Amino acid sequence: MNGQQSTIAAISTPLGTGGIGVIRISGPDAVAVAEKIFSPAGKRRLADLAGYSALYGRLHDDAAEFDEAVATVFRPPHSYTGEEVVELSCHGGLYLVQRALRAALDHGARPASPGEFTRRAYLNGKLTLDQAESVMDLIGASGRQAARAALAGRDGVLSRKIDGIAEVLVDLAAHLAAWNDYPDEDMEPVQPGPLTASLRQSLGECQSLLDRYDTGRILHQGVETAIIGRPNVGKSTLMNLLAGAQKSIVTAIPGTTRDVVEETVLAGEILLRLADTAGIRETDDPVEKAGVDLARRRLESAQLVLAVLDRSEPLSAEDLALLSQLKDRPSIAVLNKSDLPARLDEKRLDGLVGKTVEISAKTGEGAEALAQAIAQLLHLSEVDPAAPLLANERQRNCLNKAADALKEAIFAAEAGVTLDAVTVCLDEAIDPLLELTGKKASEAVVDAVFSQFCVGK
Amino acid sequence: MEYYEAQSYDLAVIGAGHAGVEAALAAARLGVSTILFTISLDALANMPCNPSIGGTAKGHLVREIDALGGQMGKAADATFLQSRMLNRGKGPAVHSLRVQADRQKYHQYMKKVVEQQENLDLRQAEIVEIRAKDGKIQSVVTHLGAVHPVKAAILCTGTFLRGKIFVGDYSYKSGPDGLHPANRLSRSLEALGLPLRRFKTGTPARVHRASIDFSQLEPQPGDESVTPFSFETEEPLSNQVICHIAYTNADTHEVIRQNIHRSPLYGGKIEGIGPRYCPSIEDKVVRFADKPRHQIFVEPMGLDTEEIYLQGMSSSLPEDVQLAFYRTIKGFSQVKIMRSAYAIEYDSVDPLALKPTLECKAVAGLYGAGQFNGTSGYEEAAAQGLIAGINAARACQGKEPVVLERASSYIGTLIDDLVTKGCSDPYRMMTSRSEYRLLLRQDNADARLTPLGYQLGLISEKRYRKFLDKWRLISQETERLETTTIPPSEKLNDLLVSRETSPVSTGFRLGELLRRPQISYQDLALFDPDRPALPTAVTEEAEILLKYEGYLKKQEQQVEQMRRLENQLLPEDVDYQSITGLRLEAAEKLGRIRPRSVGQASRISGVSPADISVLLIWLEHRRKGGAKND
Repeated sequence: MNGQQSTIAAISTPLGTGGIGVIRISGPDAVAVAEKIFSPAGKRRLADLAGYSALYGRLHDDAAEFDEAVATVFRPPHSYTGEEVVELSCHGGLYLVQRALRAALDHGARPASPGEFTRRAYLNGKLTLDQAESVMDLIGASGRQAARAALAGRDGVLSRKIDGIAEVLVDLAAHLAAWNDYPDEDMEPVQPGPLTASLRQSLGECQSLLDRYDTGRILHQGVETAIIGRPNVGKSTLMNLLAGAQKSIVTAIPGTTRDVVEETVLAGEILLRLADTAGIRETDDPVEKAGVDLARRRLESAQLVLAVLDRSEPLSAEDLALLSQLKDRPSIAVLNKSDLPARLDEKRLDGLVGKTVEISAKTGEGAEALAQAIAQLLHLSEVDPAAPLLANERQRNCLNKAADALKEAIFAAEAGVTLDAVTVCLDEAIDPLLELTGKKASEAVVDAVFSQFCVGK
Repeated sequence: MEYYEAQSYDLAVIGAGHAGVEAALAAARLGVSTILFTISLDALANMPCNPSIGGTAKGHLVREIDALGGQMGKAADATFLQSRMLNRGKGPAVHSLRVQADRQKYHQYMKKVVEQQENLDLRQAEIVEIRAKDGKIQSVVTHLGAVHPVKAAILCTGTFLRGKIFVGDYSYKSGPDGLHPANRLSRSLEALGLPLRRFKTGTPARVHRASIDFSQLEPQPGDESVTPFSFETEEPLSNQVICHIAYTNADTHEVIRQNIHRSPLYGGKIEGIGPRYCPSIEDKVVRFADKPRHQIFVEPMGLDTEEIYLQGMSSSLPEDVQLAFYRTIKGFSQVKIMRSAYAIEYDSVDPLALKPTLECKAVAGLYGAGQFNGTSGYEEAAAQGLIAGINAARACQGKEPVVLERASSYIGTLIDDLVTKGCSDPYRMMTSRSEYRLLLRQDNADARLTPLGYQLGLISEKRYRKFLDKWRLISQETERLETTTIPPSEKLNDLLVSRETSPVSTGFRLGELLRRPQISYQDLALFDPDRPALPTAVTEEAEILLKYEGYLKKQEQQVEQMRRLENQLLPEDVDYQSITGLRLEAAEKLGRIRPRSVGQASRISGVSPADISVLLIWLEHRRKGGAKND
């Protein structure tokens, strides 16, 4: 649990604020974990770096590249914790930082517990006692806070859901335990068929919670949205319409938006984390080119793309090139300038974008239709607001472990491995679930045996 | 009361049940002068409930006791009537040996072993007082006024402490099996600061063999080939008797329901907490009302007696009700009761008052084992007796105590559970209590514990050599299976296909084939011409090690992770209240339980991972001598 040999990771900048987010990975495999999620731009590898040096590159997970980042390597004992440390500095904001953390956790790091970096720092002689004691107060405080939070969460729908999954598994383990511990009792034997069916059902429930993790995050933290389009089709105007204030510089000269400007806005009920990107076009201006590159990357990582087209002009080759990048992505073609006569042939958009909405960013007409289209496209209108959703990486990590152990249990049961081995996998699935609710598997199972089975001499 | 100073001993063991006998034997064998007290010499190693040794998880305990050099397994091998390996089809982790023993012969065997043991005196007397000074034991006092100065004592009082028997609305002060109770010692223990409480247990009636119509019952024979408990038993063993199974029915349950108000349990007369795993028949009928029948095992008490034990039918209902419901059972219509079923209530200690060495925190040199510590079962008792005996002896010799870690054994798990989590009802060992049960198998108890037994001095040189030879053969055979490749053949593929596993087209290593759940070591004999002739214990072990390799590795990794915390020892005198950052609840619990290691601390309910972090920091600071490093 607190083994010094494990490699831990956490977000070490405040969530949701600041332009840069830092993921800190510490432990013997820090570089190895970082190398699995970070590809340096040049030929040098992180493993080759001396301490206090950095490489520029890209972050990726199993799905795709999603951000650029700077990876700084610290060699022991010259780091905060005194261990091997890699700090990945990526773009700030909840989505990217959490995605980077998730990637690290998926590749061998485990989430750091409260105060763990500091504890390691102390144990490795990096902090004085005075410093450590003040940190201990903090650890105690965070423990109390966590306890309060856990208590508050107990009534929550998610806890009930996880409790429900755990309960089924505990009952199953109890049946196996009773059957094993009381072989002479007049008890229904455990049949592999119903056993695997039950395991599969639980696995399905874990999976669906995991699958909805992104939806949960969307609801809690907003949809990362990219607005793209040829220069001067009205992207900034659209953003300002949604934001309700002038944030981007809006001029009639193509290429005036040079930076990615972020704004959190509400489209109907849905929180959008909006980036008005520089118009994507081929250019020789180095400054503008940087903005264009950034916009392209933002486009690649976005959960939703709003492609703004000028309805008052025919579809250009540049428009089509842009739209062709949107294949298989959740995208909406926003046909702006509905206040002017239409000269764009909407039929040509079929198959290129997910949905089409007409608006006038200038007059505000069509804003509601846009909100509806977004909800439909992201299936958010189908989400039951009362359904349980995972709230954070720790919960996701626990559920992932449970799902992995369940897969192993199913594999073992189906391969005909004896049930004593299956129950070991089952225990492994129950433990992380009960970790979320603060119980211990073996006690829960023993209690269930005695309450549910008529056994004994 | 006149007192006189009697002979002094290193160690006094109080009570000669299964805990006391193992404790006294172990201590005497380790070379300390020991006296074993019992209220009746005729009840030494008595089995006042079922004369049965082993069963699930309990069988593991017996094998572990044997692997450490204890006596129980040998006694069971010498006096059993019927033996069965339970759970044969369910995987090696839950294979459990259980025997029905001859109650009288078991007692006689153990009494003789004790009588013949060097350094050990056996004495019939009731201990009424423990004297201590400055938190350290001084002497034990008998009911006749003998004051024996001692360096250590072990309380193995079973159900004798203020024992009280209940049958219906009738109750009386008594020990088990009509023996007189120990009424005075409790007061002395309370005065020493030991937190006592009331537990209870029960036993069914004994009936006369001739009054049962066995033709109406299902026979339950023993194993054809009997596995011994002791790793030292070499002669072939055979079963002496057949047991039987009977069932309760709707009439039985009706009689019980009609009379439930006459039960002292349901009438609220018994205050003691009964074991959840050992419900009385009235409990079963009330709590599991929809179950149409309950099983009864009809088991002989010995070869030289007509008494029959009815497992599954313990009760504290009045005698007339007992007879009425027993007689509703098929085959029991004429049944005659010889001893009535009863419930017994007794004093036991809250095990949180004990250290992992089984020494009382309040009194140095005073140890507890068995039912006194809140457990139930002969095997649980014997296991604790052995460890308490070893630790008391080593303390007398000025040596370090022995604490078995959870990952080493069911014995370690049992004691850790007791002293870390406590128990709210009499504690019974179960396989589900161990998180490492694939590693803690009955077949490898010797590999886990015999080296320690040898090191302590409880395992002879000869036995140790034999043990090393056995494990050398096992690793050679495992290695051979891993490296021997056999060619594909029609015959082999016929076997594979008939077992519903895929055929092979290239040469295959024997080990790989064995890893398939459907294929056994026996199956491959035909295709393995160079197979050496080996004892079954060796081939079974090799097969398990190969077949479960992946799962065993997984558990070993878990053990490794946990061990890092287990190895961080906490000093005994920590003032947890003064550690900055510990939550109040954690400080309180840690102060009360005084865990031996950070690992043990992490298992205490109410101690969070953040508290463990604080403890680790504090420990490291202490290790550095409190020096600031700047």
